[in-house]
Amino acid sequence: MVIKIEHKWGMVVDLDKCTGCNGCVVACQAENNLPINTKDLFMQKRAFEWIRIERYWEGEFPNVKARYLPVMCQHCGNAPCEPVCPVYATYHNDQGLNVQVYNRCVGTRYCINNCTYQVRFFNFWEPTWPERLQNQLNPDVTVRTRGITEKCTFCVQRIRRAEITVERRERTKLNDKTMAARNFMPACVQACPTNALMFGDQNNQEDKIHGYFEELHNHEGHSDSRGYRILEEIGTDPSVIYLKKVDQFKMEHSESHG
Amino acid sequence: MQEGRVLPPEQINKDLLNSIMSTPKWYWPAVGICSLIVLIAATIVGYMINKGLGITGLNRPVMWGFFITNFVFWIGISHAGVMLSAILRLAKAEWRRPASRAAEVLTIFSLMTAMTMPIIHTGRPWRSLYWFFPYDFARGIFPNIRSPLVWDPSAILTYLTSSVLFVFIALIPDFAILRDNTTGLRKKIYTALSMGWQGNARQWKLQIVAGILLSALILPVFVSVHSIVSWDFGMAVSVKAWHSTVFAPYFVVGAVHSGVSAVIFVLILLRQAYGWQDYIRREHVEALCRLLIVVSTGWFYYFCMEIIFGIYGREADEVAIRTLQFTLYPWNWIMIIFIVTTYFLPILLWSRKVWRRNLLIVSIACISVNIGMWLERYILFVPGQINKQLFTFTWANYTPTIFEGIIVLGTFALVTLLLLLFSKVMPLIPLYDIKEGDILKTEVQIGRRTVPATFRED
Ligand code: SF4
Ligand code: SF4
Repeated sequence: MVIKIEHKWGMVVDLDKCTGCNGCVVACQAENNLPINTKDLFMQKRAFEWIRIERYWEGEFPNVKARYLPVMCQHCGNAPCEPVCPVYATYHNDQGLNVQVYNRCVGTRYCINNCTYQVRFFNFWEPTWPERLQNQLNPDVTVRTRGITEKCTFCVQRIRRAEITVERRERTKLNDKTMAARNFMPACVQACPTNALMFGDQNNQEDKIHGYFEELHNHEGHSDSRGYRILEEIGTDPSVIYLKKVDQFKMEHSESHG
Repeated sequence: MQEGRVLPPEQINKDLLNSIMSTPKWYWPAVGICSLIVLIAATIVGYMINKGLGITGLNRPVMWGFFITNFVFWIGISHAGVMLSAILRLAKAEWRRPASRAAEVLTIFSLMTAMTMPIIHTGRPWRSLYWFFPYDFARGIFPNIRSPLVWDPSAILTYLTSSVLFVFIALIPDFAILRDNTTGLRKKIYTALSMGWQGNARQWKLQIVAGILLSALILPVFVSVHSIVSWDFGMAVSVKAWHSTVFAPYFVVGAVHSGVSAVIFVLILLRQAYGWQDYIRREHVEALCRLLIVVSTGWFYYFCMEIIFGIYGREADEVAIRTLQFTLYPWNWIMIIFIVTTYFLPILLWSRKVWRRNLLIVSIACISVNIGMWLERYILFVPGQINKQLFTFTWANYTPTIFEGIIVLGTFALVTLLLLLFSKVMPLIPLYDIKEGDILKTEVQIGRRTVPATFRED
């Protein structure tokens, strides 16, 4: 008998724990066969970072604080990128994931324009890897070609593998503990040294992230928890919750600086 | 009351067919230059397809640049045809007669050119097949009808089909004249095209009914095409400057503005090139200019509304976009040039009757409108992408490359080339329409009163 669970994947990002180390960026790069971001690509503003650490500065030197905001695809429940694709290259699957079908993509780039979070990437050039990196490509992930849009998948290849090994072979329930124990967590979650990223099933009572989503949905607007979702007011219904940073040391408002 | 002489039909035939029967000296060099530019542009497109879109200036926040701007521009130009031939035909405006064919032909060619732009823009044209045509049997997936990009091709292809039919029906009597005036292979071709036209009463009746029916049917298409193209932008919730409900009427009026200007310019060129002073008369140019004063003022109203709608809510990101458009370099310069060339300069030049009858001044005004309308699309589409959202982290600028510029130039050359080639095989001024106008103009003396010699039945 195959155990069927209605998963709805989600993520929680604890900004209080994020140190801006960019570990997740590198992990994602390696896991998902992203082209190497050379200086050229950065200068052209065409670098690939399925997850990026946005960095903002608060205050003025020397009294400054850096604020970090990791942004990956929010897997919006009401994704603006989906209805605009003329060929259904991006659509919602039954696990709450916004998936991108590389083979179907024609490259109109309408979805990139319409993604509120700016997390979709276009292959302007044919992606290449240096000779010595050819063998590190992940066999589970398609290598994209030029003219195709791509973005964070919540590491769907790992989720699929988890389903096959845990649910289908071992017939046990898939939850965040089994996933973490067997290295099936998304690469960025796995790599985060401070555990700022948490991944799990929004529908599974036992999952750690379940509580955050419950809270958000139940006390919408007047919750005293730290949870919020970015640019929620546009109505995208994202599947990623951010937990507000707790400022232990308040910024000094120095009139005397400089 | 119309100006101009009433010419005998033989004279009209001879004059208006001279673009087909004889070849002026400048003709082949002009064709050569245009073909060369088109060829260069096509080479660059090929290079781009081979290398990837990296050779353009597009980058991460700015995904739609010159190509889409140019696409919307040509769609805009294509709105002149229906405006001039269908609307004015239904309104029985006499002065439309010489302009209608040129306008319709310009419609067809600019539509065809516009359609190449999204295909070039995707970078892998062969894939566009299953976007435009719902044939994807292998995957069993039809195009996503929720996407404005699927509405686009259907609207444009409908418009193209109906415009081609419209032109063809108007051409049948003229084909018959050509059939009678040519020999050899050309005669055979024109015989086939004229579809057995004899010019008897029944055929004329059918032809006129078909023309009027098509005019009426094409009107909703005319309004919908540019509305739908504007929804490509209006439907995008995530780009602040685009997400606007006023876009549809704004774009339609703007399209008529630039399209009719382009037609006037083409007419003036034809008049100079083929010596059609007796057919494209100053009164026609003047009447078109008067029409344009109304259209451009309507357009200006929508332009102001769009700005007001934008800043009325005082949302931070809307205000940021408007600040970018109006105050920051280089957008402030583009904005100033665009407003002046689209509205204030042409309105000034069209304001006096003497100027409206001066072909040079009118040409300057018409070119100015089209420069302005191109910039309008640019300034509407790009700044919205440059700072797309409140998060400032991904903001970036867009600098088009020389390759994009050449491809855009190539589209202009392509339309010119197609018009030139067309003028060689088919009359650009409807002969029968001119004759009909002349007949309607003839007056007879009955007693002490002068009355028109013919009345129309309707
Ligand atoms: S974050 Fe962007 S790409 Fe991801 S689902 Fe939402 S709109 Fe689509
Ligand atoms: S979930 Fe996977 S694909 Fe998405 S940002 Fe993390 S590592 Fe990258």
